[in-house]
Amino acid sequence: MDWGASVSWMRDWISNADNVVFLVISLVIVAAAIRVVSSPNVVHAALMLVLALAGAAGLFLMLGAEFVAWTLVLVYIGAVIVLFLFGIMITRAPTGRDPVRLDHARRWPAAVVALGTFVTIATVTTMAFGDRPVEAAVSRSGELGDVLFSRYVIPFEAVSFVLLAALIGGIVIARKDPDR
Amino acid sequence: MTISQFLVLGALLFSIGIYGVLVRRNAVLVLLSVELMLTAVNINLVAFGSYISDTLRSGQVFALFVITVAAAEVGIGLAIVVLVFRNRSSANVDELDLLRW
Repeated sequence: MDWGASVSWMRDWISNADNVVFLVISLVIVAAAIRVVSSPNVVHAALMLVLALAGAAGLFLMLGAEFVAWTLVLVYIGAVIVLFLFGIMITRAPTGRDPVRLDHARRWPAAVVALGTFVTIATVTTMAFGDRPVEAAVSRSGELGDVLFSRYVIPFEAVSFVLLAALIGGIVIARKDPDR
Repeated sequence: MTISQFLVLGALLFSIGIYGVLVRRNAVLVLLSVELMLTAVNINLVAFGSYISDTLRSGQVFALFVITVAAAEVGIGLAIVVLVFRNRSSANVDELDLLRW
């Protein structure tokens, strides 16, 4: 692709309102995700995860996955982040100790591994699927509910069983042992 | 909207999560980075589901399942972290060497 065609392709891409919204949301997501893995404050990292997940919910709304978006908001932002904040509160080192460092000293090998993963995945998926269009936002939550309770009812029940097992397992693991 | 922009965003989020998993010492922060990777997978699933636009909505259904299993994983994982912190008074993953032979 020569330079002029590339410029005109980018002008076409940015003149679409959906693409502008996507660009803004994805910039917010990436910035928040970088803060999650680099923030020296543990609570700030958890709150930045809220921002990244809210951006992901916005992308799901753009793609017409309304039910998934609001499930993400309810389950993650409503419940999982509260669980993380409780975990941070419980496992924070007691005051009076030396402040422990949150990161390893060797960051460059991790950065190289992450960069290699990104280049591999992005190259392979982009080469395989190219610029095929995706369907714009048409929300059909009713159809999703129908198919969830007809075609996917056995996986649905299995997942609910997994949730029940995780609930009981969490209680059993985190409980104080009464024998000691 | 093309599918490749969602795929590149998903790859970027996934590799940021990998960096966090490798570089963080606190176990709660490692779990936060795992959540980032799962979100990247969800974005890819929903984008592919919107791309193939089947009547079964399989992309969105699988994203819902991933969200549910991730919630269960966070519950168990944080229970383990709390238990380890109670026994070792530290939640750093590089100080847990009980299984080192």
